[in-house]
Amino acid sequence: MRLDTFLQSLQDTSFATAIREDATLFPWIECFHVLALTLVIGSIAIMDLRLLGVASKDRGVAQTAAAVLPVTWTAFALAVLTGSLLFSSNATTYAHNFYFQVKLVLITLAGVNMGVYHLFLDQGVDTWHTAELTPLRARIIGGVSLCLWVGIAACGRWIGFSINTPT
Amino acid sequence: MTLQSLDPFCTWLAATRISQTIQSVEWIIPAVQTLHILTVAAVVSSVLMIDLRLLGIGPRDQPIAAVARRFLPFIWWSLPILFLTGAVLIVAEPSRALENPVFVLKMGLLILAAGVTLACQIPLRMSDAFWDISASRRRTARLIALSSLPLWVGIIFAGRWIAYVQGT
Repeated sequence: MRLDTFLQSLQDTSFATAIREDATLFPWIECFHVLALTLVIGSIAIMDLRLLGVASKDRGVAQTAAAVLPVTWTAFALAVLTGSLLFSSNATTYAHNFYFQVKLVLITLAGVNMGVYHLFLDQGVDTWHTAELTPLRARIIGGVSLCLWVGIAACGRWIGFSINTPT
Repeated sequence: MTLQSLDPFCTWLAATRISQTIQSVEWIIPAVQTLHILTVAAVVSSVLMIDLRLLGIGPRDQPIAAVARRFLPFIWWSLPILFLTGAVLIVAEPSRALENPVFVLKMGLLILAAGVTLACQIPLRMSDAFWDISASRRRTARLIALSSLPLWVGIIFAGRWIAYVQGT
């Protein structure tokens, strides 16, 4: 299968081999991955809780987004970079891991959910972005996002437990 | 006192029924770790939002006191959840953490980080404008933010390294 050939050559690159064989490289990259994902999930949760009307009610949705989203995107870039490095070290194993596959699907769904939010943001945000009670569609998007990211974090942890690495 | 002196306690704890149950039910440890890391996410993101405001990075239309009031509860209410989930993980594998120098380091950093958070929070009780009132106060606020961030990064890094460093 062509994908497996690609994954094998990725795994055979010098940096992937170094990450796999070095005693401390993998855990150090993991450290940065964990730091990045806590900031991604935490900052998105701030936004989601605002959309749900649970927290930051004295702040508008647009103001909350302005403070939070730069953190989200910076941390997301770091999470993707470090995640790709960890993946490369054992690409064939990770790619076939059930929890890894589910994690990628959930991240994609979270991206779609965010896209849907931005479509709505472009439309009616002026009328409700300072309101304490956000419209139902905003609350649904916030709730769905929160659930997806909890699932993503859980999958990440289960990858570690279903592949033979220190957990 | 060395960490090895905890050996008898760790052995006893690992043999208790509750520890045995946690060890034998496969999903408990990953589930509790997930909850632990999600709570860490709540804490560090809240810390970062306050620290960015103290540093004057990002939107500055809301005063420091308002940002602190918004995010400090998430930090303090998360701590009992972190202790509880952390305790479950310790009961499951006592020597993995208790006899691990990295775990001791993590707890030390946590105490320092809590102290730095209080150093920001307590003066705000006297006056909402405490950190805005003069140039030297603003400098101190920046210093608090700059010392808080590395401490929390250190806590996260130490947390991950517990899995890789053997208990003594």
